[in-house]
Amino acid sequence: MELQEHKFKVIGTRPIRHDGVDKVTGRAKYGADISLPGMLHAKVLRSPHAHARIKSIDVSAALALPGVKAVITGKDLPELPPGSQQMGELVVNPRYLSMNIMARDKVLYDGHAVAAVAATSPHIAEEALKLIKVEYEILPPVLDVRKAMQDDAPILLPELRTSGTPEKSDKPTNIASQVRFARGDLEAGFRAADVIVEREFTTSMVHQGYIEPHNAVAQYNADGHGTIWVSTQGPFSVRELCSHILQMPLGNIKVVPAEIGGGFGGKTTVYLEPLALLLAKKTGRPVKMVMSRAEVLRATGPTSGSYIRCKMGATKEGKITAAQVWMAYEAGAFPGSPVGAGCMTILAPYALENLQIDGFDVVLNKPKTCAYRAPGATNAAFAAETVIDELAEKLGIDPLEFRRRNGAKEGTAQPAGPQFRRIGYIETVEAIMNSEHYRSPLPHVPGKLVGRGVASGFWFNAGFQSTAIVSINSDGTANVVTGSPDIGGTRAACAMIAAEVLGLKAEEVNPVVTDTESIGHTDVTGGSRVTFATGYAVYEAAQDAVRQLKERAATIWKVKPEDVVYQDGVVSCVNNGHEPMTLKQLAGRLARAGGPVTGRAAVNPRGVGPGFATHVVDIAVDPETGKVDILRYTAAQDVGKAVHPSYVEGQIQGGVAQGIGWALNEEYYYDENGIMRNTGFLDYRIPTCLDLPMIETILVEVPNPGHPLGIRGVGEVPIVPPPAAIANALYRAIGVRMTELPMSPAKVAKAVLEKNKAPQ
Amino acid sequence: MKREVTLQVNGEPYTIIVDTRETLLDALRYRLGFMGPKEGCGNGNCGSCTVTLNGAIVDSCLVFAVEADGAEVTTVEGLAVNGQLHPLQRAFIETGALQCGFCTPGFIMSAKALLERNPHPTEQEIRLALSGNLCRCTGYDKIVRAVMAASEALARAA
Repeated sequence: MELQEHKFKVIGTRPIRHDGVDKVTGRAKYGADISLPGMLHAKVLRSPHAHARIKSIDVSAALALPGVKAVITGKDLPELPPGSQQMGELVVNPRYLSMNIMARDKVLYDGHAVAAVAATSPHIAEEALKLIKVEYEILPPVLDVRKAMQDDAPILLPELRTSGTPEKSDKPTNIASQVRFARGDLEAGFRAADVIVEREFTTSMVHQGYIEPHNAVAQYNADGHGTIWVSTQGPFSVRELCSHILQMPLGNIKVVPAEIGGGFGGKTTVYLEPLALLLAKKTGRPVKMVMSRAEVLRATGPTSGSYIRCKMGATKEGKITAAQVWMAYEAGAFPGSPVGAGCMTILAPYALENLQIDGFDVVLNKPKTCAYRAPGATNAAFAAETVIDELAEKLGIDPLEFRRRNGAKEGTAQPAGPQFRRIGYIETVEAIMNSEHYRSPLPHVPGKLVGRGVASGFWFNAGFQSTAIVSINSDGTANVVTGSPDIGGTRAACAMIAAEVLGLKAEEVNPVVTDTESIGHTDVTGGSRVTFATGYAVYEAAQDAVRQLKERAATIWKVKPEDVVYQDGVVSCVNNGHEPMTLKQLAGRLARAGGPVTGRAAVNPRGVGPGFATHVVDIAVDPETGKVDILRYTAAQDVGKAVHPSYVEGQIQGGVAQGIGWALNEEYYYDENGIMRNTGFLDYRIPTCLDLPMIETILVEVPNPGHPLGIRGVGEVPIVPPPAAIANALYRAIGVRMTELPMSPAKVAKAVLEKNKAPQ
Repeated sequence: MKREVTLQVNGEPYTIIVDTRETLLDALRYRLGFMGPKEGCGNGNCGSCTVTLNGAIVDSCLVFAVEADGAEVTTVEGLAVNGQLHPLQRAFIETGALQCGFCTPGFIMSAKALLERNPHPTEQEIRLALSGNLCRCTGYDKIVRAVMAASEALARAA
């Protein structure tokens, strides 16, 4: 059955989300809401040092405390062989992952787990932590990405060698890998340029800032089977990672995804899950673990701080002739920053003949980074989009017009090589050019300096594996079962896709997110992939159900299945003489016509449609305090096909808000000893309601040719442009190019002061 | 140390034995089973645990359970009457004002307190009243619109 866009009845509408009532009444069950009979509570002892050797750990006093049932340290976890593997969006090294969730001979960052205690109450577990005696030999920490790359830097992982170098080195290093993308003739490109701009940029480590802390409840049975209830983006990843870390058969672990209170990439790995399962095994009782906010900030995976040098040249006609980028990303204590993605995204919106991009993945004494919404792309765009703005300014060309002249389109080769299929980048630039916002004059704000800035962003989006089951109920409604935890409204999107195919209303479809034993393998909710890939599986499963429904009708009518037509929830026969049946009528007769109908599909779709966005922002700067107010914000994005426009807008608005926080306030603040000094939401300041205006969205729909419904991922790219757009607006407001994130009030005030002091 | 605490939650009387160091949030969640209030930070920064205590909104993670002895507490579970959603709850789902839903109970409680003292707030008044509640998913846009919509719905119903 072919669905045509102009005939969509459900896709593109705004039904009430299926989990809505549960979430506004307090009934939705998140990980920390789960309790089991006889359950113990466990807490983690964390390193107070950024870099130290563990000389000894004495847990005897903790074990002697009444109510304490078990204590584990690094010695209780199996030693694993070195080596990495690709797991969905992530490259995972199980050995390092195990060392990250529980330190072995060294602690590598403030907050690194050292021991865990299970006790009859959380309070007793906390008291027991204080009774564990750890003897440390304090080592010098390294906290700056460029210092960590120097020959004399303190070494974190003695066995680490740089991968990706032309020649093999046997020298201990903090540079885990290096990567280069190059094409054309860089020197000739710069010679052809009339204007060249080169700048250096630094960005700070920032956290996803989901409001729900990490949690896990685990139970271990005498038959060697374990169950974990957890708020995670990837129940199948949790199963696989726990299987590696604990050396348990994968099939012996069941992961039940609880409702998840935000993830943004940060809940795609494990921290507590293996510890809870190990403690459950040791005690024979269920074990619950919930992090505090300080633990979330100190010891889960933020995204990389970075140092980026970016040089670009252009002709006076406004054509970019060459681009050279050098970028070093903080991986945290173990390898695996998103520098590769940074390299592949930084110039992707532009058609470039001559380029060279070098990237370095660097370990230092900060928490191991994890995915955060378009990982690596926001840092990169901050650099490139600022340089592009400056080129346009120097050439006297409108910054959007400059982007349009150089913008990537169908057939343009990406920096990493492959050509784009049909994409909507230029359409997003034009959407902002033609927007009421961009065509309106900047407002005057008394006592403030105002400015307008624009920037663009790119994100690949992901495909990967998904499984879906669509079953027809005897009343003609349907159930949709998937393995994709819903963080942004994807249950509604999956139900709507099934409803569209089956000719039902959205509310006649019940979407369910289930556990790892009740559905086939499904990769993480990440990479903006759920509506695209899980939605693809749902589409195929619903088509499978339709095929079976047609067969059943054919049986009832004693005709050939190919003579049966399914349209808008009604089966009819091409031959006359058979009264058409509604799905409800047919569903009621299935028991006597071959039995129930269940459609299923498992997919690994290749036709991923990348996401492009262009944003415009108006700001007002208080020249005395340096505080930046966002006056107006408009985001245009190629969303392929918006299945539920409210939640597409919601993804854009949420991503923009995170990008604004990254731009203006958020940073990991470490003292000289590598101790994090802002471990709460008061000091790690994410935007509040009062910091933001309404965020206007323009949904540009350029259908993805790689999806039957034209769907592209939408969740990640909205975070990419905001820091650059705000930096470009700040330049217009104060006349200074800001090259350091966050552009906090102190830095902006200093820039204004220095600008005013400088001889005119 | 344990203490007996008698309180009303959503109009029903309860008597519970609590640890003196136990927060009202933990007592509501783990002694009484009201899982609507959430712990996002444990120190009054995020507002996910917002409830009303004798009519005033509080972060229940900053109140000891023993301090609620004799008090009337309302959680998000107490808003729907006879299975009918409160206009704020309806507005939140109709405008798409939630994504992960973790902060939602706290926002609804803060918004309810705002509309009770100021039935027709401006956008800026809404933003100020909700600035003690953190949301990381929505950018607040649709939350503010939901409160505006609920304000209008309440005015029509009055």
